[in-house]
Amino acid sequence: MDLNYSEEEYAFEAKVKQFLKDKLPQRLSDKVKGNIRLTKADMEEWHSILNAEGWLATHWPVKYGGTGWTPVQMHIFEEACSAANAPRTVPFGLGMLGPVLIKYGTEEQREHYLPRILDGTDWWCQGYSEPGSGSDLASLKTRAVRDGDHYIVNGQKTWTTLGQHANWIFCLVRTDTECKPQEGISFLLIDMDTPGIEVRPIITLDGEHEVNEVFFDNVKVPVSNRVGEENKGWTYAKYLLTYERTNIAGVGASLNGLEHLKVIAREQQLDGKPLIEDPYFARRMAEVEIDLDAMKTTNLRVLAAVQGGGAPGAESSMLKIKGTVIRQEINDLTRRALGPYAMPYVHEALEEGYNEPPIGPEYANPVSSDYFNNRKLSIFGGSNEIQRNIISKMILGL
Amino acid sequence: MDFNHNEDRRMLENTLSRYVREQYDFETRMKIAGADEGYSAEKWAEMAELGIIGALFKEEDGGFGGHGFDLMVVFEQIGRGIVVEPFLGTAVLGGGLVADLGSDEQKAILDDVIGGAKTLAFAHGEPTSRYSLSDVTTTATKSGDGWVLNGHKSVVSGGDSADTLIVSARVSGDRLDEDGIALFMVDAGADGVDRRDYGTVDGYGAADIILRDVAVEASALLGGEGDAFAAIEKATARGILALSAEALGAMEVVKDMTLDYLRTRNQFGVPIGRFQALQHRMADLLMEVEQARSIVINAAGALDGDRLEREKAVSAAKNLIGRVGRLVAEEAIQMHGGIGMTWEFSMPHFAKRIIMLDHMLGDTDHHMARYIALSSAA
Ligand SMILES: Cc1cc2nc3c(=O)[nH]c(=O)nc-3n(C[C@H](O)[C@H](O)[C@H](O)COP(=O)(O)OP(=O)(O)OC[C@H]3O[C@@H](n4cnc5c(N)ncnc54)[C@H](O)[C@@H]3O)c2cc1C
Repeated sequence: MDLNYSEEEYAFEAKVKQFLKDKLPQRLSDKVKGNIRLTKADMEEWHSILNAEGWLATHWPVKYGGTGWTPVQMHIFEEACSAANAPRTVPFGLGMLGPVLIKYGTEEQREHYLPRILDGTDWWCQGYSEPGSGSDLASLKTRAVRDGDHYIVNGQKTWTTLGQHANWIFCLVRTDTECKPQEGISFLLIDMDTPGIEVRPIITLDGEHEVNEVFFDNVKVPVSNRVGEENKGWTYAKYLLTYERTNIAGVGASLNGLEHLKVIAREQQLDGKPLIEDPYFARRMAEVEIDLDAMKTTNLRVLAAVQGGGAPGAESSMLKIKGTVIRQEINDLTRRALGPYAMPYVHEALEEGYNEPPIGPEYANPVSSDYFNNRKLSIFGGSNEIQRNIISKMILGL
Repeated sequence: MDFNHNEDRRMLENTLSRYVREQYDFETRMKIAGADEGYSAEKWAEMAELGIIGALFKEEDGGFGGHGFDLMVVFEQIGRGIVVEPFLGTAVLGGGLVADLGSDEQKAILDDVIGGAKTLAFAHGEPTSRYSLSDVTTTATKSGDGWVLNGHKSVVSGGDSADTLIVSARVSGDRLDEDGIALFMVDAGADGVDRRDYGTVDGYGAADIILRDVAVEASALLGGEGDAFAAIEKATARGILALSAEALGAMEVVKDMTLDYLRTRNQFGVPIGRFQALQHRMADLLMEVEQARSIVINAAGALDGDRLEREKAVSAAKNLIGRVGRLVAEEAIQMHGGIGMTWEFSMPHFAKRIIMLDHMLGDTDHHMARYIALSSAA
């Protein structure tokens, strides 16, 4: 065993850091650091900077404009980006649809859609969940009925993250009702400009607009927009989810969050001493740091096991649970670290250009709403309960 | 032993619980919490009329209650409605200090308080004092017959709307000393009082208050010159009980809603409450909320007793409430899935209040440390 990066990997890391130093606009990293809301334009700007470098699609093979990086390289990249407060890339096109098209799409679909993901022409969102179908995704009801060379789609999707910015949505739709639920699902690519589609905002508990409901009323979708075979969509859907879950582990985000927490705990005072010296607080911080140390390696072990580009299997469930629990614990500690200043909240202070003096320490304002917002981490992408079911079935054989 | 409330308290509970149900439904609450005023003067007057404020004061102070169990009854219902009106600052902390230390002349204000005509807030915490009660750097300097106050008070609950502030300030001693702290009644509109009002994450009103050479008369001093600590500790104990009971009320609501959801939300062809993974967690939740109720009862019972008993009991309550509160809030959101993350639904607002209550009058860690210290002092 060798737990160090190889010489080439260190060189790669240095290259990534240099790139971030040169190319990551400070305006963006300041926003990420201060938890200021990123606009659509901000996210697009960062995508195009990465794309110019050829570093946008870290998971894709070179042939399709990806980096062809090894899992370790991807990890190095993610960690360095988080440490530099780079915006996270929007995962729907890059991390989810991309791999599905590469594995299951037609050459034509790949040629058409993949470059448009890279150059920012298309912003994708994910139409899986429905009001009645969350954990039990296979029970989904949105109908697609064949009509010549089109499908007519009717139904409703929900929790569509950043759907308000998207011009395309990939959807699971029911194309057969006369069979086992998993067997009658197809995977459709739908242009959001098609008549009959309506997007309505859902406001989350922290007062943000991040998710949406999407309604389909007799929406006409060309059959050529189907990925793979009719009624075989479940296979592709599951393949996509393993990618979604690994992304959610967010080791880089946790490392960065922990650093931020330490800065705060050094600055906050308890009886005239830095909070970081308080044995109760120090203990909890150390525990989460130790968990994260282990998680880093678990993550690398899983990644190393899938060297060669395959999707991780049930192991991704492990990464998702552990990764999200750690991130949530860091959010919780950060909230606690603020003491009473965890309470004040000025919504406008999350907008770029707000220049009133902060209430309490300048880092305080977004902390509690982040804590609440990140409760989502253990719910979406297949809830942590569902991941445990997967682990007990797939890994333990129970 | 009798764990039932007496007849008077049961009536009080029924009155307030009906009021909250009928006049303070979720939609009304969200409207009030979202408005600039921070609370509804109309609702405040109605609740005063019902005797809710009076129930928080003892007879000798013009009320008809004021004991631990009165506080418990009232604040449990306040929690059940996530009522944003300033009961804590006005009737428990501010009002409690005036009742405890005030001269007859000073206590005259309590009539207005109980009648709903005046609100108070306790301006005590400071940017670096965190949850310590003796960490006071605001100064009070003698000037002629009166005093001049200077300092910064932070996250004053109800400070955005209070008519009168009860301000703590140091007349002598070092930063963390218990001796040397005095209390002053300061008109919120007095010269030199600079208020920065804001809302909190959970929709309540608060303020940071800067005092710049605020001149007050000798009659503004509550109690003696520098011996207010014991009264502050006592009022805070009452506040801790109130907040713990409030959290309990909110947790009961959240627990019931979650149970209801487990029974009605279908996935995989069955109500999700059929999954053992959730059943056991719901069972834990129930158990912990019962434990929370017991610790609040303990604190209510100890409130009028000997200092050490009282302080241990309230620290125990706040610590346990903090732990159970986090569990209840997080589990309720989790078991609701995506719905638990939405603004439109009431449950997450209860969850937010429960979590934020940990940041008031000392969090879980603070009261754990304090409980250990008090135990070794016994
Ligand atoms: C902020 C946010 C963003 C999202 N973004 C997207 C998106 O972009 N696209 C998209 O398609 N979806 C998205 N989702 C939806 C997400 O995937 C679902 O919320 C999730 O799958 C859970 O479904 P549900 O909310 O219906 O909860 P339910 O399935 O109703 O679950 C409720 C509770 O029951 C538990 N449970 C259910 N079944 C079992 C079982 N068999 N055993 C044990 N426990 C069980 C769950 O774990 C949960 O705790 C998002 C959700 C959120 C909150």
